[in-house]
Amino acid sequence: MSALLTLDGVSRSFGGLRAVDNVSLEIAPGEIVGLIGPNGAGKSTLINVVSGVHPATAGRVVFDGRDITRAKPHAIARGGVARTFQVVQPFPNMTVRENIAAGGAFAGRIASLKQAMQEAGELAAGVGLGDLVDQPANTLTLARRKRLELAKSLAMKPKLLFLDEVNAGLNPAEIDDALALIRRIAEQGVTIVLVEHLMKVVVGISERIVVLQNGALIADDTPEAVLNNQKVIEAYLGKKYAAALSAEGGGP
Amino acid sequence: MRDWLILGVGTLLFGLLALSGDTYLLRLGTMLAMYAVLAMSWNFIGGMTGYPSFATAAFFGLGAYTSAILQAAQMPMAVGWAAAGLVAGGFALLIGLPILRLKGHYFAIASLSIGEILREVVNTSEEITGGGMGMNLPLLRLPPEVQAQAFYLCMLGLAVLTTAVAILVHHGRLGFAFRCIEQNEDAATVLGVDTRTFKTAAFGLSAVFSGVAGAIYGNWVHYIEPLDVFDIMHSVKPLVMVLLGGLGTLFGPIFGAIVFLALEEAVWRNFLGVHAAVLGVLIVAMVLFLPRGLATSFEQIARRFRGKAA
Ligand SMILES: Nc1ncnc2c1ncn2[C@@H]1O[C@H](COP(=O)(O)OP(=O)(O)OP(=O)(O)O)[C@@H](O)[C@H]1O
Ligand SMILES: [Mg+2]
Repeated sequence: MSALLTLDGVSRSFGGLRAVDNVSLEIAPGEIVGLIGPNGAGKSTLINVVSGVHPATAGRVVFDGRDITRAKPHAIARGGVARTFQVVQPFPNMTVRENIAAGGAFAGRIASLKQAMQEAGELAAGVGLGDLVDQPANTLTLARRKRLELAKSLAMKPKLLFLDEVNAGLNPAEIDDALALIRRIAEQGVTIVLVEHLMKVVVGISERIVVLQNGALIADDTPEAVLNNQKVIEAYLGKKYAAALSAEGGGP
Repeated sequence: MRDWLILGVGTLLFGLLALSGDTYLLRLGTMLAMYAVLAMSWNFIGGMTGYPSFATAAFFGLGAYTSAILQAAQMPMAVGWAAAGLVAGGFALLIGLPILRLKGHYFAIASLSIGEILREVVNTSEEITGGGMGMNLPLLRLPPEVQAQAFYLCMLGLAVLTTAVAILVHHGRLGFAFRCIEQNEDAATVLGVDTRTFKTAAFGLSAVFSGVAGAIYGNWVHYIEPLDVFDIMHSVKPLVMVLLGGLGTLFGPIFGAIVFLALEEAVWRNFLGVHAAVLGVLIVAMVLFLPRGLATSFEQIARRFRGKAA
């Protein structure tokens, strides 16, 4: 198996803080991987490292056979890595169509702007924003902004897609829609790394789960194994509760 | 298509003005064309890309001196003008790489200092530039009215060229990238926009036509000095015009230039002693009450009327 993404001893420090601490990890083409961990565990930072927004301060990142540890974010994007932002980052005064077309025109290498705009319309319809293509992005609700964020990254025609809490703040019905959408994207052959707080959501969709705590990787296994992993339970619940829980013989 | 039509009709109408032998009118026309060039130039970097540049005076002065120095060395006027654009543009690309890393106020101050530095360089390089004494440019052996007509047409030609480039940029990839950067530079980067290259291109575009305008201006007034061509007002006025006309819009800067020139003339004639203060107050008032620019405000008003009619 040749991995699509390889992290080799990757760290990222902010001043004295090691937000990502010596993480080694491989992701194979076509996988759906859940990336979980408590608040501040370093999940978003890991995405920032791979996408070049906050490059690694140690270690090596190899994507699709190329060392991208020091590559510029735009080059990494053009190489096939897309990511959504946990705090959505639309172009506020541009229309939904223009927002999406930017991904197609610049990372998706669509030569003609007209064609990028046209494909953006189709992608907008695909994420349920078909009626809103000509609305400025700043008029959208949070749930729709999250879908816009998704459509923008899809327009980039990525090989690897990081989704940073695209379900946060959505109601259960919206989450079901979003999950169905993510499955459809995966079926098209896009490798997906899903950062998520809601355990149910991750377990339902991921084939494999990676757990971070204080920047370090503490588990990398199937969903069932991770759910029963003592370290993971402790990380989420604290040692005392975890001990009490295992005494009762249950999982989280 | 509509934009090219507007440009065509505009060129024709303003071109006809050249037939007038009225030197006052032609002087105003030349000023207007020059203002339009500077405003559209600033709009590339300040309006479309969102980097508040105060370097217009630097490019204007650099173009004026490049052309004057070449003409002093017996080069033809046309060569001086072309070189002015190339040197100003090339200089902007070089200087843009480091200073476009800065944002907001920091960028504004850095861009402002470029003109000040160039002025010092010109002041101290007396053998080539005449220092603070300035430089004379060759007089044309033509009657005054014909000269007025000729310079009007040249400046108009430059304005038309600048507008044509602005139309292409506005509808193309380049303008799209500029707008993405203006809206959210970090988001643009992860969408694959090579922000450094595009920002530098915007800065270069803002310099080329300003440089040629400075060169034409030099021949028009026959004499340049550092205090005049590097005057900070050459940086401030275009910014005000674009704010008046509509930030980042296509024809807004031209609108803004017309309104600004009209204000400037009216105020200058009627409040000779305090004209700078009056002009300042007027500008602040207009920018406050029409924050999105005249062009945008007209559009909104028009839409409201159309809405009522329907
Ligand atoms: N740009 C930054 N500068 C300084 N510190 C940062 C920066 N980005 C993240 N950190 C710190 O790094 C640590 C990891 O943050 P990160 O956002 O990666 O966590 P996370 O796992 O995504 O958390 P959450 O679940 O809350 O989104 C935190 O302590 C955070 O304060
Ligand atoms: Mg996060």
